[in-house]
Amino acid sequence: MNKQQILKQVAESSMKAEPPQFEIGDTVDVHTKILEGDKERIQVFTGTVIARAGSGIEETFTVRRIVAGEGVERKFPIHSPRVDKVEVKRSSVVRRAKLYFLRDRVGKAVRLKERRR
Amino acid sequence: MTQVYDEAGCVVPVTVIEAGPCHVLQLRTVERDGYEAVQLGFSDRSREKASRADRGRVGGLASKRSKKLAAAGAEAVPKADCEPKAFVRELRGSTDGYEVGQEVKADVLDGAGTVDVVALSKGRGYAGVMKRHNFSGQRATHGVKKVHRHAGGTGCSAYPSRTFKGRRMSGRYGGGQVTVRNLDLVRVDAEAGVILVRGGVPGPNGGYVVVRPTNMLR
Repeated sequence: MNKQQILKQVAESSMKAEPPQFEIGDTVDVHTKILEGDKERIQVFTGTVIARAGSGIEETFTVRRIVAGEGVERKFPIHSPRVDKVEVKRSSVVRRAKLYFLRDRVGKAVRLKERRR
Repeated sequence: MTQVYDEAGCVVPVTVIEAGPCHVLQLRTVERDGYEAVQLGFSDRSREKASRADRGRVGGLASKRSKKLAAAGAEAVPKADCEPKAFVRELRGSTDGYEVGQEVKADVLDGAGTVDVVALSKGRGYAGVMKRHNFSGQRATHGVKKVHRHAGGTGCSAYPSRTFKGRRMSGRYGGGQVTVRNLDLVRVDAEAGVILVRGGVPGPNGGYVVVRPTNMLR
C-alpha cells in the first residue's frame, strides 16, 4: 500500500458509512449526544446550514440560528459520533456555497426563499 | 497527519506510521561488541540501488577475505538473508527473544502506552533569528529601517566590546536529530502494519522515524 491508501484507510475507519445528507441553506435539526454525569441524552440544535468546510474526515458544517435576537453559530464535524443525526426540515433557494451574508441581516431579511422538491 | 475519533467522540489528531515489517539484521552482544542492541532494517531497497555494504549487511557476499576466513575455519556471522534495507537502526536493550532474520512487526508496540519518536527534522536552510530562536524581531514602525526581522545589538558596550561566544544568531536550522517523547499510542493495527500516535512527529511527510517505548519516568 502506498501512503495515500494507508491514510485513506485510517481516516475511513472513523468515518460514517452514511454521512448525513443536507445542502447549504437547509433548515436542519442537529441531534447531538451530550454526556451529563454518566447519562447520555440528545440535544437538538435547529438552524440554517450556512457553510460546509473541509473534506473527508475533517469535514464540518456551520449552523446558524437567532436566539433571543442574538445570532448563534455552531460548527459540527460531519463524521463525529456525537452528531447523532441531521434532519432536514426545509430547503431553500440559494445561489452560493457560503451564506455569510446572513450574518449582516436581522429580522425578516434572514428568511430564505423555500425550495419545493 | 489525519484525525480519528476516540470512544468519547472527541477528535484525536494522529500521525500514521507504517511500522514494519522490519528484519533483525544483527544482534550486538556484550562479549563481541561491548553492548547489547538489536539492529533493525526497514523498507526494501532494490539490489540495483543498494551499495555492496547494504547487500553485505543482509546476506553473505563472496570476497577474497570471506574465502580466506572460511578456509581458516572462522565461523561466518549469521545474516538475515532478506532484501537490502533502506533504513537501518540499532535499538539498545536486551536481545532476548530476538534472532537474526526474524521479522518484527507493529504488534511489538502493542500495549506500550506511550512512545518516543526519533527522526531527522525538516531542514530549514539558513534561517534568521526569528525562525531559529524565536526572537521577536524589531518594530514595524517608529523609525526602524529595513531591520524588522533582525536581532538587536550583540556586543554590549565599552565593556566587553566584543560578542560573547554562544550568542544566538542566524544560521543553519533544522535537519538534525529530534526526539519527541511520550506520545500517546492511539492504535496499533498489526494486520495493516500501521500505528497511530497522537500529535506530530519530526521530519517531512513520508520520512523515516524510529519508534520506541518511551523512556520517560513516571
